[in-house]
Amino acid sequence: MSDDRTVGIVLVSHSAEVAASVAELAKGLAGGGTSVPVAPAGGTEGGGLGTSAELIAAAAASVDRGAGVAVLTDLGSAVLTVKALLAEGDELPANTRLVDAPFVEGAVAAVVTAAAGADLAAVEAAAAEAYTYRKA
Amino acid sequence: MLDAEFFRRWMTATAASVDREAERLTALDSPIGDADHGSNLQRGFKAVIAALEKEAPQTPGAVLTLSGRQLISTVGGASGPLYGTLLRRTGKALGDAAEVDEAQLAEALRAGVDAVMTLGGAAPGDKTMIDALVPAVDALGDGFPAARTAAEQGALATTPLQARKGRASYLGERSVGHQDPGATSSALLIAGLAEAAGE
Repeated sequence: MSDDRTVGIVLVSHSAEVAASVAELAKGLAGGGTSVPVAPAGGTEGGGLGTSAELIAAAAASVDRGAGVAVLTDLGSAVLTVKALLAEGDELPANTRLVDAPFVEGAVAAVVTAAAGADLAAVEAAAAEAYTYRKA
Repeated sequence: MLDAEFFRRWMTATAASVDREAERLTALDSPIGDADHGSNLQRGFKAVIAALEKEAPQTPGAVLTLSGRQLISTVGGASGPLYGTLLRRTGKALGDAAEVDEAQLAEALRAGVDAVMTLGGAAPGDKTMIDALVPAVDALGDGFPAARTAAEQGALATTPLQARKGRASYLGERSVGHQDPGATSSALLIAGLAEAAGE
């Protein structure tokens, strides 16, 4: 990297607790004191299970340092809402990408890679590669 | 010709029928979904009506893009981005014309349905809203009542299908025998067109 701007990470889950916990987990496994901006966007604005376009847009704006934003999601409406916002054009920061990755493993890989100063493409590749890790 | 007022009536009629049928939509969503389709759409269309009153968009395209934007941000389930994309893409296809004819609406709606298929990855026969929307758009050349009938028949025809998209697809064969809630609400949307036209 030619500058010190860090890729931002947004974690979108149907559950506020899941999004916040995975953010904590990923930052913890990345070495605790990491300065990677990570923002959870979980559940609906009312605190229920679901997806909120507003929370996603706010989270993405909060982690944008000019090096791009990687968005990881759990499933269903979380995926569709991010895709719809990306299609909208002006709802998310420039250079925001939906990353095709497993939610927990991908989040850890993304934060660790971003902490090492990698660019958005490298963060995306690392998160997607988490799919190849077999457990049985 | 169809002006902004027609499209406002379309949204108002759809909001009213979603309100009326909310319990039925949620009941259909109970065995094969997460039992929130009716209440989610109710909340979304309520926000649509409020936004249309507040911002008073002046063209057919503007009415639909604003409505779609509201659905994406307020529904909270997968139907939000799906219906939101349908209306936004249809609205964008209509451009900023003050009035459009039925053929232009049919063409725009086809672009909207295509965008929904791209977003959700669903094809006809997957037991989704596409199974009501595609026949409706195909029939639109014969008028709004024909489109309404085609959408209703398309929704009914989802009952024997096995779901291949969304949460219902986890159920595999157990999704067979239930009418799809998304196809059912899509039929309400198309019926709103006929109602807005007074047909």
